[in-house]
Amino acid sequence: MKSIVVVGASLAGLRAVETLRREGFEGRLTLVGAEAHLPYDRPPLSKELLAGEWEHDQVVLRRVPYDDLDLEFRLGVAATSLDVAARRVSLAGGTELEFDGLVIATGSTPRTLPGQPALDGVFTLRTIDDCHAIRERLDAGARVCVIGAGFIGAEVAATCRKRGLDVTVLEALPQPMVRGVGMVLGEVLARLHRNRGVDLRCGVTLESIEGHGRVEHVRLADGERVECDVLLVAVGVGPETRWLESSGLVLDNGVVCDETLLAAPGVVAAGDVARWPNPAFDGEVMRVEHWTNAAEQGVYVGGRLLHDDGDGPPEPFAPVPFVWSDQYDVKIQIAGRFSGQDRMEVVHGSLDDERFVTIFERGGRISGVLGFSEPRRVMQYRRMIAERASFEAALEFAAAAAG
Amino acid sequence: MKIVVDFDKCTSNAVCMGIAPEVFEVREDNFLYILQEEPPESLRPKMEEAVRMCPTQAISIEG
Ligand SMILES: Cc1cc2nc3c(=O)[nH]c(=O)nc-3n(C[C@H](O)[C@H](O)[C@H](O)COP(=O)(O)OP(=O)(O)OC[C@H]3O[C@@H](n4cnc5c(N)ncnc54)[C@H](O)[C@@H]3O)c2cc1C
Ligand code: SF4
Repeated sequence: MKSIVVVGASLAGLRAVETLRREGFEGRLTLVGAEAHLPYDRPPLSKELLAGEWEHDQVVLRRVPYDDLDLEFRLGVAATSLDVAARRVSLAGGTELEFDGLVIATGSTPRTLPGQPALDGVFTLRTIDDCHAIRERLDAGARVCVIGAGFIGAEVAATCRKRGLDVTVLEALPQPMVRGVGMVLGEVLARLHRNRGVDLRCGVTLESIEGHGRVEHVRLADGERVECDVLLVAVGVGPETRWLESSGLVLDNGVVCDETLLAAPGVVAAGDVARWPNPAFDGEVMRVEHWTNAAEQGVYVGGRLLHDDGDGPPEPFAPVPFVWSDQYDVKIQIAGRFSGQDRMEVVHGSLDDERFVTIFERGGRISGVLGFSEPRRVMQYRRMIAERASFEAALEFAAAAAG
Repeated sequence: MKIVVDFDKCTSNAVCMGIAPEVFEVREDNFLYILQEEPPESLRPKMEEAVRMCPTQAISIEG
C-alpha cells in the first residue's frame, strides 16, 4: 500500500492516522477535513467549553506535535464524491486524490426539524464554531429553549442552569430518552433536571417556531408559547454519507461494513458513520454515536487496512459499546445494548438517590448497564457483558458485592 | 516506564480500569488509584491503549 486517504479529521480519523504510522505505514498519508480546525474533542462542546470554563486550546485532540505523523493536511475542504472502482476521492474545488487505502470517518450531522425556519438564534450543536456562537448568546444572558431531551439537549440544559440561565426543554415523548432507557429511568432523568430548575415539558407537540428575523418564541400545539432568545434543536444526528451517494458503497443508516469494518476492498469506515455486525452481540448490526467507539474504531481500522491476508483472517471488531454523559454533578454511564423494553434490575443504590446501578437482561444474559456516579461498578458489569455472563451470574455478583 | 495521571483532568470515569484493572482502580469513593506506578514492560501495550482511550487525555507514560 503506497497511499492512504482519510476523510474526516476528527476523533476516528485522527486515531486512524496515528495507528497507521505507529504500525509502520511509511507511504503518503492524507487527512481531509471539512472543518478548518485541527482535530478537536466534541464532548466539552456541551459541557466545559459551553460553560465558559475552558477555551479552544483545552479541547485539542492531539497535544503533541503533528510532525511525527508526516501528514498531508487538507483542512477546510470537503470530499464531494468517491469512486471506489477508480480508487479516487474528489474534493470541493476539483482536486482529486488517488488512494490504495481509504478510511471513511465523516461522523455525523445534526438532524433538523421539518420546515425549520432560518431565524437568527436557532442553532444545532456539533462543531466548535456552533459552540462559540451559542456561548456568546449565553454570555449575554439568553433565555434558552432546547428541543429534544437526549444527551446533548440534557447536557446543554445542565450547562445553562450552571450558568444561572433559564432553560426550557421540550420533549415529544413522555419522558427523556424513553426509547433507550424506558419509563422508569426516564422519570429519574426528568427529576434530575427538574430538581435543578429546568422547565422540562414532556409529551408536547411543537406547532411552530416564530420570530421576525430572530427567534422570539416557540408555539406548542396546545397554544402555549415559550419565549426564548436561543433555540437549540437537539433532535439527534444522522451519519454523514451524503458525499458517498454515487460511490457504489452500500449505505443504510451509515456505511454498511463487514465485521472487520471493511466496506469494500481497501475501504474501511470508522466512528459515527460506520454500521457493522458486532459479534459480541450475536452479530447485531449497530452504529454507535459515542466517543469511545470512534476512538476504538479509528485504532482498529488503521490496523485493518495494513492487515496482510497472508496472516489469516483479521480479528473482528467486537466491543461492548460505552458512553458517558456528565450532567450537573452526576456522571451517567451506559454500556452494552438494551432498550426500554428489556428487563431491568436495580443492583446498587436506589433510584431515589443520584447514585445507583441498573442492569438489563436479554436472552438470559446481562446485555447492558446504566449507572449514576458509579464508574467502578459500571466497568465491572461492562466486563461481564464482554464475557457473556448470564444475568443470574450478574445478580449473584451484585448480591456478593453488596455484602 | 512510569505512569503519570493528571488528576486535574481525570474525571474518574474508569475507562482505564476497564483496560488495565491491574494498574488503574476507581474505588467506591469515585477516585482513581494507581496500583502500580511503574508497571512491568509487558504491560506497555495496555498502558498505551489506556493513554489513547482516556477521554480526558489525563494519562501519560514517562520513559
Ligand atoms: C456536543 C457534543 C457532546 C458530546 N458528548 C459526548 C459524551 O459526553 N460522551 C460520548 O461518548 N460522546 C459524546 N459525543 C459524541 C462524540 O463526540 C462522537 O461520537 C465523536 O465525535 C465521533 O467521532 P467521529 O470522528 O466519528 O466523527 P465526528 O466527530 O462527527 O467528525 C467527523 C468529521 O468529518 C468531517 N466531515 C464530514 N463530512 C466530510 C466530508 N464530506 N469531507 C471532509 N470532511 C468531512 C466533519 O466536519 C467532522 O470534522 C458528543 C458529541 C457532541 C456534538
Ligand atoms: S480513563 Fe482517564 S479520566 Fe477516566 S479514570 Fe482513567 S485517567 Fe481518569
